[in-house]
Amino acid sequence: MTDEMKSRPAVGFFATCLVDLFRPSVGFAAARLIERAGYRVEVPRAQSCCGQPSYNSGDRKAARRAARRAVAAFHRFEHVVAPSGSCAAMFVRHFPDLLADDPEWAASARTLAGRTFELVDFLTRVAGWRPETVPRQTGSITYHDSCSGLRELGIREQPRALLAAAGGPELREMEGSDICCGFGGTFCVKYPAISEAMADKKIDSIEATGADAVVGGDLGCLLHIAGRLSRRGSATGTRHVAEALDAGQD
Amino acid sequence: MHADSTRFPENVAAARRDATLLGALDRLQRDSRAGRIETVARLPEFETLRDAAKEIRNGALANLAANLERFEENVTANGGKVHWCRDAAEACEAVARICREAGAKTVAKGKSMVSEEIDLNAALLGAGFDVVETDLGEYVLQLRDETPSHIVIPAIHLTKDQFAETFRGAHEELPEDRSLEEARAIVAEARGALRDVFLRADVGITGANFLVAETGSVVIVTNEGNGDLAQSLPGTHIAVTGIEKALGTVEEALTLVRVLARSATGQEISAYTTFATGAKRGDDAAGPANFHVVLVDNGRGDLLAGPKREILRCIRCGACQTVCPVYGAVGGHAYGAVYAGPVGSVLTPALNGLEKSKHLPEASSFCGACEAVCPVRIPLPRLLRMWREDAFQAHLGPTVRRWGLFAWSTLTAWPRAYRIAGAIGGRVLRLMAMGRGRLTRLPFAGKWTGGRDLPVPEGGTFVGQWHGKRGK
Repeated sequence: MTDEMKSRPAVGFFATCLVDLFRPSVGFAAARLIERAGYRVEVPRAQSCCGQPSYNSGDRKAARRAARRAVAAFHRFEHVVAPSGSCAAMFVRHFPDLLADDPEWAASARTLAGRTFELVDFLTRVAGWRPETVPRQTGSITYHDSCSGLRELGIREQPRALLAAAGGPELREMEGSDICCGFGGTFCVKYPAISEAMADKKIDSIEATGADAVVGGDLGCLLHIAGRLSRRGSATGTRHVAEALDAGQD
Repeated sequence: MHADSTRFPENVAAARRDATLLGALDRLQRDSRAGRIETVARLPEFETLRDAAKEIRNGALANLAANLERFEENVTANGGKVHWCRDAAEACEAVARICREAGAKTVAKGKSMVSEEIDLNAALLGAGFDVVETDLGEYVLQLRDETPSHIVIPAIHLTKDQFAETFRGAHEELPEDRSLEEARAIVAEARGALRDVFLRADVGITGANFLVAETGSVVIVTNEGNGDLAQSLPGTHIAVTGIEKALGTVEEALTLVRVLARSATGQEISAYTTFATGAKRGDDAAGPANFHVVLVDNGRGDLLAGPKREILRCIRCGACQTVCPVYGAVGGHAYGAVYAGPVGSVLTPALNGLEKSKHLPEASSFCGACEAVCPVRIPLPRLLRMWREDAFQAHLGPTVRRWGLFAWSTLTAWPRAYRIAGAIGGRVLRLMAMGRGRLTRLPFAGKWTGGRDLPVPEGGTFVGQWHGKRGK
C-alpha cells in the first residue's frame, strides 16, 4: 500500500453475505469506487451476515447476536459502507433498536448507525464523488429501486445521478421502478408462487423498456430477478450498480 | 364464514389460476397508482396532514376511555343508547335484541367491516330477520354468498359482467332481454331493487368511520348514499363499530376525513360525509325514532394494552391493501380473513389467534409500500415482524425452516468457518452447473428452483480474495 493510500480516511467495507459468497466481483467493483472517491478500504475478516434472515423470521435473539458481532467488527471505523440498501438499513435502522436495552452495546450500535451508508448514498452524499464521464457506451439499462434502500434509507436519486454523470448506457425508466420485485429475503422461498408472480410483473416492466440490462443496488433482488429472467428465457441482463458505475472507469 | 387463513398457500394457488381476478387486481393497482400520484400532487400539505392525522389518532387512543364515556353521555342526552359488547357474540345478540324490540322484519344494511368481523348477517338471518346489504358491492356479494375482498372496494375481485350475471340470476321478475352492458344500467337496477328495501326496512344498520365524543355523533363517509338512507328512513338506526373509532372533537374528525377519502379512493372528499347525532327530535323532518350504537371490543382492548397498539390508529382506508404487491398478486380472499392485506395480517392474528393465522404475518416481502402510504403512518412491517417474533417463540413455523435458520445463524457466528463452507458450497454448485452460469434444478432448493434458475457463485469469497490479493 502506498503512503498516500495509508493517509486516506478509512472505510470499513461490509461486503454482505451474498456478495461475499455469490459475486465477489461486485465487492471489488464497489471497493474500487470507494477508493476512487478518495478513501482507503478495509475489509474486516470478522464479518459475515447482518442478521436479517433471523430478524425477519422472528428470531430476535439470533438477530441480536448478529448485530453485536457486526458492531464489534465495525465500530472502530469513521465510515462503514455496504453495497446493499437492505443490509445497510440493518445497521442504520435496526441495530439500534435490537440492541437498545443492551447496556454494553446500545451506545456503539447508535454510533455505528450514524456512520453506516449504502454504497451510492456514501459516494454521493458523503464523498461528493462524481464519476469520470466515459464516452457513451452503447446499449441501455433500466434501474430497479430495491425496497429497503428506497424506503428505509431514501435512496432514489443517488444512483440515477451517478449513472447519468458517468454517461454510460442510456437509462430508460421502467413503469413502477419502486414496486417490490418479490425477493424479500426468506419470503422468496416461503411463498414462491407469490414471489414469482411479483417477479413476473417486475420483469414485464423491465422488458417493456427494451433495456439490455436491469441495474440495482441489492444483490438479493438481482439474483432473484436474474433467476426468473433466465427461467423465462429472457436475454435481459442484470448488473449491480457498483459494476455499472465501475465499468469504463480507469 | 368463508374465511380460512390456515389454507393460505392453497388459496394463493387458486387465486393465481383465476385470470379474471388477476386482471381486476392489475387494473386496481395501475389505476390507484396513477390516481394517488395525482391526488398527493394536488395537496402540497398532504404529508403534514398525515402527521396531524397520526397525532389525532394517537391522542384519541390515549384518551379512549374518556372519549367513549363522553360519547355515551352525549348519545344518551340525544335520546340514543350505547351498547357495550366484549365480543362478536355479545354484539350480534345486542343487535338482534334491538331488532326484536323494534318488531323488525326487514333490516337494511349500510357497509360495515365490523359487521363482517362479528358475522352479523349470519346471526340476524339465523334469528329470522331479512337482512339486505345496500352498498352496491356488498349487495352483489350477498347475492353471490361471498365476502368483501377489500375494505373500501368490497367487490373489487368481480367484473362488471359478473355483476350483470348475478343480477340476472337474482332479479327474476325483470325482463330477461334487458341490457346490462353498461355500468349505469347495473347501478339503476340495483337502485330499483334496493329502493323497496329502504322503504320497507324497520331497522337500518350502518358502521361508523368515526365517533365524536363532544357531540355524540356517528360519522359515516360514503359515496353511494345508501348509508344515509339506511340510517334515516327506518324507524330504528343501529350503528355497529369498534371502540377504537372514538375521537374527541368534530375538528379532529374533519381532519381525518381529509386524509381518509384521499387515501381510500383518491377523492378529495367522498360524495357523502354524514354526522348522525341522536334520535329524531320533535321538530325534525326525518330520522330514526330509535338510535343505538353498538360498541364492539372484540380484542381491541387487549391490542391497546400491548406492543401492537399502533394498529388501532387505522381508519380503514384500504390504501395498504390497494398498494400491497402481495395483495395485488393474490387478492383479498386468499388471506381467508375479514381484513386482507397488510392491516389484516396485523389484525387477524389478534382477532382469530396467531396459530390459525400464522401464514399472514409471514406473507409479506417487507417492501414497506404499505407504511409509505398509510395516512396515519402505522409501521405495518414492524408490527408484522412482532407477530413473526411471537410465532417464532411459539414454534409455529415449519421445523425445517427453523433448523435452516439455526444452521445459518450458527455458521455465520464463525466467519472463518462460514467462509470455508461458503467457498466449498460455491464450488459444488459450480461443478453441478457444469460450466453454465445457472442451475435449473437443485436438491432441497425446490422452493427457489421451482420457478427460478439459481445463478451460480463466481467462486471463492470476496473477503478471502480481498485478503489474498491485497496481502493483508
